[in-house]
Amino acid sequence: MNFPNHKGKMVPVPSTSIIPERDLGKIPVLEARHLGVDFGGLTAVDEFDITVGRTEIAGLIGPNGAGKTTVFNLLTKVYQPTRGTILLDTRDTAGMNTVQVSQAGIARTFQNIRLFKSLSVLDNVLIGLHNTMKYPLGSALLRLPSYWKQEKQAREKALELLSIFEMQDVADTPAGSLPYGAQRRLEIVRALGTSPKLLLLDEPAAGMNPSETYELMENILKIRDTFQIAIMLIEHDMNLVMGICEGIAVLNYGRIIAKGTAEEVRENPVVVEAYLGKKKEG
Amino acid sequence: MKKTIRIPMPVRYLINFALLAVLLLTGNFLVNIVDRYYAKVLMLIGINIILAVSLNIATGYLGQLPLGHAGFMSVGAYTCSIFVIRASFLTNYIGEAATFWLGLLLAGIVSALFGVIIGIPALRLRGDYLAIITLGFGEIIRVILLNIDSLLGFEFTYGASGLKNIPKNTTFLNVFVLVALTCALVHTMMKSRHGRAVLSIRENEIAAEACGIKTTYYKTLAFSVSAFFAGIAGGLYAGYLGILNPNTFGFMKSIEILVMVVLGGMGSMLGSVISATVLTVLPEALRGFSDYRMVTYSLLLIIVMIFKPTGLMGAYDFSLSRLLEKGINVMGGKKPVKKGDGAK
Ligand SMILES: Nc1ncnc2c1ncn2[C@@H]1O[C@H](COP(=O)(O)OP(=O)(O)OP(=O)(O)O)[C@@H](O)[C@H]1O
Ligand SMILES: [Mg+2]
Repeated sequence: MNFPNHKGKMVPVPSTSIIPERDLGKIPVLEARHLGVDFGGLTAVDEFDITVGRTEIAGLIGPNGAGKTTVFNLLTKVYQPTRGTILLDTRDTAGMNTVQVSQAGIARTFQNIRLFKSLSVLDNVLIGLHNTMKYPLGSALLRLPSYWKQEKQAREKALELLSIFEMQDVADTPAGSLPYGAQRRLEIVRALGTSPKLLLLDEPAAGMNPSETYELMENILKIRDTFQIAIMLIEHDMNLVMGICEGIAVLNYGRIIAKGTAEEVRENPVVVEAYLGKKKEG
Repeated sequence: MKKTIRIPMPVRYLINFALLAVLLLTGNFLVNIVDRYYAKVLMLIGINIILAVSLNIATGYLGQLPLGHAGFMSVGAYTCSIFVIRASFLTNYIGEAATFWLGLLLAGIVSALFGVIIGIPALRLRGDYLAIITLGFGEIIRVILLNIDSLLGFEFTYGASGLKNIPKNTTFLNVFVLVALTCALVHTMMKSRHGRAVLSIRENEIAAEACGIKTTYYKTLAFSVSAFFAGIAGGLYAGYLGILNPNTFGFMKSIEILVMVVLGGMGSMLGSVISATVLTVLPEALRGFSDYRMVTYSLLLIIVMIFKPTGLMGAYDFSLSRLLEKGINVMGGKKPVKKGDGAK
């Protein structure tokens, strides 16, 4: 599984990261500097530095408990960072909460699926599209034209987004009754509803079989190409990561231990050691 | 994929209005021919429907557990009554009925304001703080209503001796119109971006925030809309009884309303309507066996909770149009449009 022609040539930027060459002239979508968080005595993430290009597909990998999900929680302000800065499209997100960060352009999926289970698939996506509709409560109560117009537009948009994963036919089923893989895809669709600049995917292929994973890889590329957004993903499936991620950061014990392209990371002895343990010498 | 028939929107509304008109005419007809006693029960059913449907917003849709619904009801009851009594000069200009309607609106607004004041601090926090705070609120309101006059030397609520001589303005028509309005407005709210935002909080608060939904705002909105209609029900109740005593609106009254919602099925408006009806009629019907009244009431609850823990209707909601669609499609040999409803 490889999609080499989808990967850009990577070039270094001053902030010790690499971004695709095509994104060089553009403002990076995300710049995190010295990001860190402590939980009581435990430092879960420390000195996390990353630059993500405008249309890059970036990977965040590392062993269990390395702090990957915590990084997503920091970026989306589910946790307030103890240290460091996050620049989203050059805008400092200090002091913002989850809602404001979402409106500023970061959307995400969750490692433990968090769908609105008893609501329909369509409603899940419509909730993602909440802020694209502007009509006030009064218009809804009196069913004024603005209600009908915006609801109709949102519905069409939702079905269009669902069609990325060919899910428009299950629009009326409750989200909780979908198979596992479909639930993960629905989370992506819902996240896309918020029109993000940066989409964070936390283990999108977890629980999927190889052919589902292959389709997912194609779809992640398709999403990037159609919406021209950046995607950062956490994944344990190395085929997926090596197949589509351009810049990859490796996290261990809350710190970045390596950054580079798939090839560079794969060959890096420090990374191999983090995953497989230290080789016994002699 | 087979094409199924969907009834277009304007026709759906016509169907609903037709249904309402039929209900109104039958109701009005009944009220005029039956005994005064039954007419009163009919009004009480309506008031309880408003109470249950409004509480269902906060419990079934928002997923919180308020324990002070009777508190909001009492705020509405006293607001409306005091307004109607004090603003008697208004009746000279706009008539008694219009004054009462104004009083009801005011009851809703004041009650909703209380909802905002209590909701903001209680709902900012995740977890079950609302249960405790509303429990306290219900009791505090009751105690205030009991003592405020003697404390401040007012003659407003007349404390434990009760506020008497409230004009009995509540009629079947009043109640019916307000039941219909409540159900219609709650329905239109829930089928909008605002309603979906409320539901998303119940389903998963963290995911809702990640979708850009201002959870504190929508929690407070749902909670105060719930209080608004409770206030109106309170106003109707005052105009129905003609006398108010703060102790009517104690903790047990809140629980009584909560039981209606739970029995009907959290999040089902139809469930709230049915169980409010049943639980109003049942105690009346059992008046003859007053010794067994509470026993029967409790048994009924236990039986429902054992065999149907999600309540009578689960989360199902009724739509006449949908039923018709099903009928049409089945007759035409087509599979009905599958909707995300039904018990889970
Ligand atoms: N709210 C919290 N309070 C205390 N410790 C936490 C909290 N959240 C995460 N941690 C700790 O931070 C560390 C990193 O957790 P995290 O979930 O980010 O790992 P991960 O890299 O996503 O692992 P996995 O691959 O298993 O998903 C773990 O040791 C975890 O126990
Ligand atoms: Mg994780």
